Amino acid sequence: MSSRIGLVVNPVAGLGGRVGLGGTDGPQVLQRARELGAEPLAGVRAALALREVRARLAAAAPTRHAGTSAPRLLTAAGEMGAEAAASADLDARIVYGAGALPAEGGTSAADTVAAVRAIAAEGVDLLLFAGGDGTARDVLAALEAFGGRPPCPVLGVPTGVKMHSAVFAVSARAAGEAAAAWLRRDGGVRLRDAEVMDRDDDGVRDGRVASRLYGWLPVPDVPVRVQQRKTGSTAPVPEAFGGIAAEVAERVGDGLLFLGPGTTTRAVAAELGAETSLTGVDVLALSPGKPARVLLADASEEALLGAGPAWIAVSPIGGQGFLLGRGNQQISPRVLRACGGRERLLVLCTEAKLAALGGRPLLLDTGDETLDAELAGHVPVVTGRRSTSLYRVTR
Amino acid sequence: MTAHHEQSTASSPVSTVSAEDARIAPKPRLRRFHQASWDEDLIFDLGSPGERGVLVPRPDPSLTPPEIPAALRRAEPPALPEMAQQQVLRHYLRLSQENLGADLNIDVGQGTCTMKYSPKVNDQFVRDPRIAALHPLQDEDTVQGVLGIVHALEQLLKEISGMDRVSLQPGAGSAAIYANVAMIRAYFEARGELDQRDEVITTIFSHPSNAACAKTAGFKVITLHPDADGYPDIEALKAAVGPRTAALLITNPEDTGIYNPRIEEFVRIVHEAGGLCSYDQANANGILGITRARDAGFDLCHFNLHKTFSTPHACGGPAAGACAVTAELAPYLPRPTVEFDGTTYRIDDDRPESVGKMRPFLGVVPNLVRAYAWIMSLGAEGLRAAAETAVLNNNYLLHKVRQIPGVSVPYAEGRPRVEQVRYSWQQLYEDTGVHSEELGLRAADFGTHYWTSHHPYVVPEPMTLEPTESYTRADLDEYAAILTEVAREAYESPETVRTAPHRSTVHRARPESLEDPATWAVSWRAYRRKILGEGLR
Ligand SMILES: Cc1ncc(COP(=O)(O)O)c(C=O)c1O
Repeated sequence: MSSRIGLVVNPVAGLGGRVGLGGTDGPQVLQRARELGAEPLAGVRAALALREVRARLAAAAPTRHAGTSAPRLLTAAGEMGAEAAASADLDARIVYGAGALPAEGGTSAADTVAAVRAIAAEGVDLLLFAGGDGTARDVLAALEAFGGRPPCPVLGVPTGVKMHSAVFAVSARAAGEAAAAWLRRDGGVRLRDAEVMDRDDDGVRDGRVASRLYGWLPVPDVPVRVQQRKTGSTAPVPEAFGGIAAEVAERVGDGLLFLGPGTTTRAVAAELGAETSLTGVDVLALSPGKPARVLLADASEEALLGAGPAWIAVSPIGGQGFLLGRGNQQISPRVLRACGGRERLLVLCTEAKLAALGGRPLLLDTGDETLDAELAGHVPVVTGRRSTSLYRVTR
Repeated sequence: MTAHHEQSTASSPVSTVSAEDARIAPKPRLRRFHQASWDEDLIFDLGSPGERGVLVPRPDPSLTPPEIPAALRRAEPPALPEMAQQQVLRHYLRLSQENLGADLNIDVGQGTCTMKYSPKVNDQFVRDPRIAALHPLQDEDTVQGVLGIVHALEQLLKEISGMDRVSLQPGAGSAAIYANVAMIRAYFEARGELDQRDEVITTIFSHPSNAACAKTAGFKVITLHPDADGYPDIEALKAAVGPRTAALLITNPEDTGIYNPRIEEFVRIVHEAGGLCSYDQANANGILGITRARDAGFDLCHFNLHKTFSTPHACGGPAAGACAVTAELAPYLPRPTVEFDGTTYRIDDDRPESVGKMRPFLGVVPNLVRAYAWIMSLGAEGLRAAAETAVLNNNYLLHKVRQIPGVSVPYAEGRPRVEQVRYSWQQLYEDTGVHSEELGLRAADFGTHYWTSHHPYVVPEPMTLEPTESYTRADLDEYAAILTEVAREAYESPETVRTAPHRSTVHRARPESLEDPATWAVSWRAYRRKILGEGLR
């Protein structure tokens, strides 16, 4: 029984990067990129990922089934997927744009959204998309239209210029590897919710790039960093969340907690017995021995200021390790100061996620130079019950 | 051959086999290792009822059942396999061939484990009836020899560490770390400071048993990550210490092979905050006779006798660990100790402040004998020569491995390493999609292997190599050549590497099975209950 993959390529993703333009959002930038001689990359990367999927599925299949291991592909016409499929030698069914796709380079975000919808409506085991942050937002928008949990997991093949989102694999090959592992369903591959982020619509503010959190998409969590255990290895992730939650409960005691967005904070809230909003900051009431209660969901800066002093728990957002100032701007300098500053700030992160930073420091961008300076240095990161890591944090 | 024999006559003994045919076939540049595959059943499924290996004498009829305490009598005979001697021998020889053990391969790939040669002559000492036939409950007067060995080994380790007293009770390194943490706890408890001092500081590249033991003993753990240069972060340490600090538990050189150049300052900062310092010297192989824990100011340290001092690792135990402490902490040492009054050795089990026993009786005595023999055979100069050779071997291998495309040596880049190195194949992975684990498995096709690192992987796509002093330059050249070949394959035919090993008995183990205690079956009984689902009493 072969698996079904959806593929959507944003053919113009990444065009701007090579020629020094920030991205390719909007027709003018795209036009300019083409004039500067940018060459499309997305299709090439998508084909590379598909070839990797194919090879890995074939290698895993019992010899006599090798012929049937190839995945079945659902995609859009032309450069939006069919071409990449052909170059990876995979048969594909075109479910969007056959005969009606705009001429080369003429596709737009609306086409991405429509293609994703058409594919998801057919049902796939995994949707691969090739693009950047803008494409990830389009995919998110298309899947949100289904209501509730997205109908299928997704995985980004990185080809864009801006990649703040955590839905991307580190390379096209790695995307293929993760996809194959998920499709094989072996080795207990789980899904994790990953952030979709993009540069703020206002673009560059005060000479700094600001980015926003748009939502979450389920992606296969392939534990390439957690194979071949030796004694002394750290606990698998679910246990780690339980430990972090126990520590948070102990620190907060009978009190209020402002809980920032993030997969970690959400899992910790679940361990505490509360269901929190996806992208927002929630106000929780904690009390020993009782499940946490959500007093306010998706609170604004003003609402947080009104809710009174509380403990604040945040987790690094996205691939780059932003602690404050990305996706959690509601926890503003005023809120932080009103709550008591660093004394009341709990940074939550599993050891595995911290290790994945590869030694890079955590980042601050609260927009308040003085506060950033106060918080910079070493921050205690809660990694489990009675466990913290002192980690570098810089502006 | 027969034809040749028929042709030859007594008067012409000259062989007609050409020199070319008689020559031993040339060997390939790299070994084509091939593991035996016997499809051997478990021993419990072998044999047949009534089959015998030895005829056990009938019990002395005068030994009537009442003389055997009721608690020691079985209602039914044990369900042991019934097999003849040859079948037993064959069974275990076959199993041994399905293994890639330390005596068989160039075992430099098990970094942090110090897989040095364990001299076979030391096993002979241990099998000698003067050791093997001893019973732990024998009267002191009848075991003066072995008590003398335990006592003498303590004196040697005191000299090697600079400390005042040593306990040889723990059955492994982690047990020794636990004993040290327990002593730290007892020390602060005696001073009435335990409620206040509840934090232990360690580093991310210290062995994870340090954090684990501290937690088991009830301490909170603060882990320091490296500074921007890749060294243990002294600014982080300053931020971490305070009135709550009970102790620093630190490995040095760390698991990366990096020696902490500010180790004395680390100790001073913790002492100034009122904490104790415990040195994880499980692996002291690069610094024997060169530096001592005491000289850097530490209050406690521990050694793994099954690493630095050559005793077997024993597949996870029982191995042997040693705790060494200053006089101030000596009252808390595990009990019993062996005392000597100048004429006789005595077991002192009356130590009221002791943290208790780590193992029954004196500890794992056979390993103490082996470690004693190893140290005595080398002497002080020999120990230092072993350390220097281990460091030289490591830096020789580092020099060769660093030249392989796709490899890097993260943290404290460009600096030499002490006795081991944690390498990264991140570049190779990005170029080829092949993981470090896969390279290690492919190495098995050439007769060796390697281990990646502890978890989580802080160094991406890691490989940890520790050559020790036991390997020759030719061995290291061969090992580097294997890695070079495997890396070349990753670039040129990644499928070969990804589907490796191709010549081993077990293709791949599923790591998930190691994570679920519900499926662990370490005995036949557990296997029947958990896996076969048989209801056992
Ligand atoms: C530095 C270090 N400390 C402690 C230990 C734990 O020793 P053991 O495995 O004997 O418990 C090890 C072994 O891996 C080690 O390398």
